[in-house]
Amino acid sequence: MVYGILQLINFAHSDVYMIGAFLGYYSARWLNVSDSPGYGSFFAVLIIAMVGCSLLGFTIERLAYRPLRNAPKLNALITAIGVSLFLEYSGQIVFGANPRLFPNILADSIIFTFGEVRITRFDATILFTSLGLMAILRYIIQNTKLGKAMRATSYNGQWASLMGIPVDRIISMTFVIGSSLAAAGGILVGIKYPKIEPLMGVMIGLKAFVAAVLGGIGNIPGAVLGALIMGVAEEFVVGYGASTYRDALAFGILIVILLFRPAGLLGKFTVEKV
Amino acid sequence: MTKQLLVSCFIVVTLVTGCTKKETGGATPAAEWASAPTILVGEYGSMTGGEATFGQSTHQGIELAFKEINAAGGVNGKKIELKSFDDEGKPENAATAVTKLITQDHVIALLGEVASSRSLAAAPIAQQNKIPMVSPSSTNPKVTEVGDYIFRVCFIDPFQGTVMAKFAHDNLKLKRVAILRDVKSDYSVGLANFFKETFTKLGGEIAGEETYVSGDIDFKAQLTSIKSAKPDGIFIPGYYTEVGLIARQARGLGIKAPLMGGDGWDSEQLFQIGKDAVVGSYFSNHYTTDSDDPHARNFIAAFKKEYNRVPDGLGAMGYDAAKVLADAMGRAKAITPADIRDALASTKDYVGVTGKITINDQRNATKSAVVVKVAGDHNTFVTTINP
Repeated sequence: MVYGILQLINFAHSDVYMIGAFLGYYSARWLNVSDSPGYGSFFAVLIIAMVGCSLLGFTIERLAYRPLRNAPKLNALITAIGVSLFLEYSGQIVFGANPRLFPNILADSIIFTFGEVRITRFDATILFTSLGLMAILRYIIQNTKLGKAMRATSYNGQWASLMGIPVDRIISMTFVIGSSLAAAGGILVGIKYPKIEPLMGVMIGLKAFVAAVLGGIGNIPGAVLGALIMGVAEEFVVGYGASTYRDALAFGILIVILLFRPAGLLGKFTVEKV
Repeated sequence: MTKQLLVSCFIVVTLVTGCTKKETGGATPAAEWASAPTILVGEYGSMTGGEATFGQSTHQGIELAFKEINAAGGVNGKKIELKSFDDEGKPENAATAVTKLITQDHVIALLGEVASSRSLAAAPIAQQNKIPMVSPSSTNPKVTEVGDYIFRVCFIDPFQGTVMAKFAHDNLKLKRVAILRDVKSDYSVGLANFFKETFTKLGGEIAGEETYVSGDIDFKAQLTSIKSAKPDGIFIPGYYTEVGLIARQARGLGIKAPLMGGDGWDSEQLFQIGKDAVVGSYFSNHYTTDSDDPHARNFIAAFKKEYNRVPDGLGAMGYDAAKVLADAMGRAKAITPADIRDALASTKDYVGVTGKITINDQRNATKSAVVVKVAGDHNTFVTTINP
């Protein structure tokens, strides 16, 4: 979304994801959730983390990216990397560099067995929450005025402002939405893989970037498709090959896509006319 | 433009030469060591990161040991001063830490590290500078093979591998065992190989071998593959953070086979992370809190009093490593690295809290291992296996 509107690759996104996971960790402990795991606690923690990260995303946009709105794209990119490093290492100072265990906010149980394959409650929750959030996002973008404004701004920011769209506010909303989704991602991962630490966003961020490029950067359904392909491919490599090649696969895909189809699977190669 | 270029070149050159001067110049360390009022020992360990409890426990053991020695008058009248460095669990940082401790702080000996990968990164530097290094718990045989200044006070993995292989075969009567090793850790890879060698020699079968990388959080693919091979047990010679997660995911997948491991499991975090999934698993270790040896009991009491927690194997080994080093310094002809090295090499029957320590020709200690069972937030002693 951010690339579509700003042509800025927000490297700090994966660290907002990490902050979301930690917000979930602290709010779960504050609410004493382990005493009563269940969907109520899950949604409470999810909402708190999403709201917290929306504020964080808004702040980052205001402080780090808006002043550079009219600067060359490269400056904004470097700033994004700077924000990312800032969040990672501040996280190490504030949360400590040791991995933490995400508290039990949902009780796990097996819902469905299919031969050797088990579907657990965690898997179902993650799947349906993700689908739900993607559906909400699609609704916002396709069926609301805000979404229309976002699409207009991504088409051409200057024309959009000429038509009366408050571009600054739209961009802020984009960051707010994006960051809250990142927080949701952090919570969902924290439930299933309970080890969280300040540098957890690094690898995920790189792979998310590859997934976005694979699907066509600036294209939301493309990002979803890219992520699905990458996730499944990675598990296949680990299961049938050697687990050490898990990360190599992600970057191998990046190289192949950039060589053969740089616009991505669902992207369109736009020619910039001078 | 050229003037600016010249000025900047000049500044850069001055800075560069200025930096290097500090490291090679100064008074010779030998003169410094003879005249210094205290004996400076360096320590490097993983106080933060995925194996944080290793570094912290070892540090506490070393601190307690030196505190007791200094309270009793020090070594030949001189007190021991400890300078510690956190390598964050990364081998590159271990190398930098050791270089800094030797060249800038001028330590006379080094204590560290717990993890073999990090000991292997630092040992060549210690050997090159002829500073004796004593590792409290690195078990990969390659560590002491680096040179004659590198020692350890624990057993090595060829022995530890046989311990668990024998236990699996003779005590647990397992016929088919799968192995899940951490390829980023020299310790894990080595221990897995030694286990495999002995287990197959005893007549057992390796049901499958999978790998992971420390830092991974998802092991489902490897565990699904292992599950389909239907092993009687799984040997996981890794470190506690990943082992805890692996145990949870294994039980989540319905794998009921007993899990086994090595001394990398020894941490209170293992149960914190693994919870019920690790209960009932076995691992080999250097010492057990159930020991009724009076030295061990005294140490456990002193440690509990000082730090308010029960010492794990790392704390005990750190304590023994520090005490062995101090003992060697006491026996050395003079306080120089070479004499300390010779005294370390001739350590015989030193009574430590983890058993009698004799440094053999390969600069390793020949000691027995214990096998313990995870029973919640403490481990219960199962059996001792002698070399």
